[in-house]
Amino acid sequence: MIINSRFFNRSELTGFIVLAAVLFVILPLSLDVFRLNLVAKYLTYAFVALGLVLCWGYGGILSLGQGVFFGLGGYCMAMFLKLEASSVENTKIQSTPGIPDFMDWNQITSLPLFWQPFHSLTFTILAIILVPGLFALIIGTAMFKRRVGGTYFAIITQAVAAILTILIVGQQGYTGGINGMTDLRTLKGWDIRPDHAKVILYFVEVVLLFACIGIAQFIRLTKLGRILVAMREQEDRVRFSGYSVANFKIFAFCMAAVFAAIGGAMFALNVGFMSPSFVGIVPSIEMVIYTAVGGRTSIFGAIWGAILVNFAKTSLSESFPQLWLFGLGALFIAVVLAFPNGLSGLWADYVQPRIDRLFARKPKSGWNGNSVADGAPAE
Amino acid sequence: MLVGHQPKEFLLAVSGLTVSFDGFKAVNDLSFYVEENEIRVIIGPNGAGKTTVLDLICGKTKATSGSIQFRGKELTKMKENEIVQTGVGRKFQTPSVFEDLTVFENLEISFPRGRTVFGSLTFQRDQLVKDRVEEVAEMIFLKDKLNTYADELSHGQKQWLEIGMLLIQDPDLLMLDEPVAGMSVSERAKTAELLNRIIKNRSVLVIEHDMKFVEDIAHKVTVLHQGQILSEGTMEKVKNDPKVIEVYLGH
Repeated sequence: MIINSRFFNRSELTGFIVLAAVLFVILPLSLDVFRLNLVAKYLTYAFVALGLVLCWGYGGILSLGQGVFFGLGGYCMAMFLKLEASSVENTKIQSTPGIPDFMDWNQITSLPLFWQPFHSLTFTILAIILVPGLFALIIGTAMFKRRVGGTYFAIITQAVAAILTILIVGQQGYTGGINGMTDLRTLKGWDIRPDHAKVILYFVEVVLLFACIGIAQFIRLTKLGRILVAMREQEDRVRFSGYSVANFKIFAFCMAAVFAAIGGAMFALNVGFMSPSFVGIVPSIEMVIYTAVGGRTSIFGAIWGAILVNFAKTSLSESFPQLWLFGLGALFIAVVLAFPNGLSGLWADYVQPRIDRLFARKPKSGWNGNSVADGAPAE
Repeated sequence: MLVGHQPKEFLLAVSGLTVSFDGFKAVNDLSFYVEENEIRVIIGPNGAGKTTVLDLICGKTKATSGSIQFRGKELTKMKENEIVQTGVGRKFQTPSVFEDLTVFENLEISFPRGRTVFGSLTFQRDQLVKDRVEEVAEMIFLKDKLNTYADELSHGQKQWLEIGMLLIQDPDLLMLDEPVAGMSVSERAKTAELLNRIIKNRSVLVIEHDMKFVEDIAHKVTVLHQGQILSEGTMEKVKNDPKVIEVYLGH
């Protein structure tokens, strides 16, 4: 392992400390459980954003179908929870007790074969990682080995998101259809609904998020991280330096899928249900927007993007429900036109230099390592 | 030149190579052979198929028919990265370096180790890598720019960096597409000096228009015209070939 004193540079260390302080201390102390649970919901998207930083920000692979992986992870978790909630005594009023309620409504009389293994929590946890990982591997191999990239790839991922939504909605008896899987109650007998459980789940999620940040940062610092940047700029040069470009793209795409799936699983636990409305085209595009707003080349920026945009979504749609989508669209246009590196770019160009000037004894340029700063003055 | 009793082995043997783009034969039944440690320059008018020949050898373009043998291995069936790993390096016409990475990182990526996904995750920047990068950086006149981002380099420096990236791969066959194009006079002289140093112990295939430069470095010259060989031999012979004068040098 190459974990050494340079694992984070100075501005990344600041970002790490600020994020840890906010998530571990400030928010739990200042918010009530309802609001904290909302933050937990926002943070599930931070996992997706983290994956998009690796895949899109570094590797240059725009995926408009991250909802697919978020959904697969979420559904795996929800299937386990739903089975536990559908014990024989809980469902004795059904015509077939012991199967999820939506199956009973759809005249299914026995638990389908692919549901059986989800009685096991170990299997479920493995499935949360492996099912989306393998699915990404298949899509990635099929696309990247044939050199399908750029816009075409983005459109295909979008189509996959649409197909999966249609499949889930259509197979109501097996998936719960448009309503999704609701009424999730316990995890190994531990009730996930009361307030103290929500607080514990929040902390579990934050710990997982920091673990994923660690993994992403580790990848970023290895040669693989630099090859991703190289590939984004000069794919041919990487190929003619002896690398199989497709394999590196598949790796980045699979990592992004696994991160998104962990977010999805935490969503099912924290929010207590899973539905196709988090799988399709619109949520997938929203995920890309969070990442772009936060800064697609910055791990911490993308996480802040996910938190802040979702916070804005909640606040705005509470007061002006119709305006939210326009607001989101305007935000995306503003990011693309005015500040392409998102909030983290603004921070690096305007805020960081001021902080440096305030604290630095000797003038030193402490840019975040990923973007080549142009040294624009703060004025 | 070769000492030995065995029949002469060519490093690169191109035979009957044809590529057709929608019926247009950019390279038509082309055959030529490059020996070990030979410097071969390909010249010819625009559209003669020079760059296409390099594209075919390095795998960027797939041949319609014909064969390319490199040390007895058939390159037409291999993927680009496998061809690189067999020992063929290619420099493109426009400098293609990684602008968001430093000179050091550019060279490090080209260092032939850890080229798989797992290999690059566990790659260590050890002393051997550092020494080799510094050695090459000195050769390409960029020793004091190791921590400079490549987008801050001049056009000529980018060309050198790309040559350096090939050098660190240590290929047996080096292919250069117009290495001095767009360079200033002094950069040009330095590049010639650089090339003369790096062509030791390897074969080089160069496309170049600058006749002075060609005369300086070429062992043998191949003149292409409409995808076929018009003339081949020493610079002296080619220069006096009436066909060559008519289609190319006469202008």
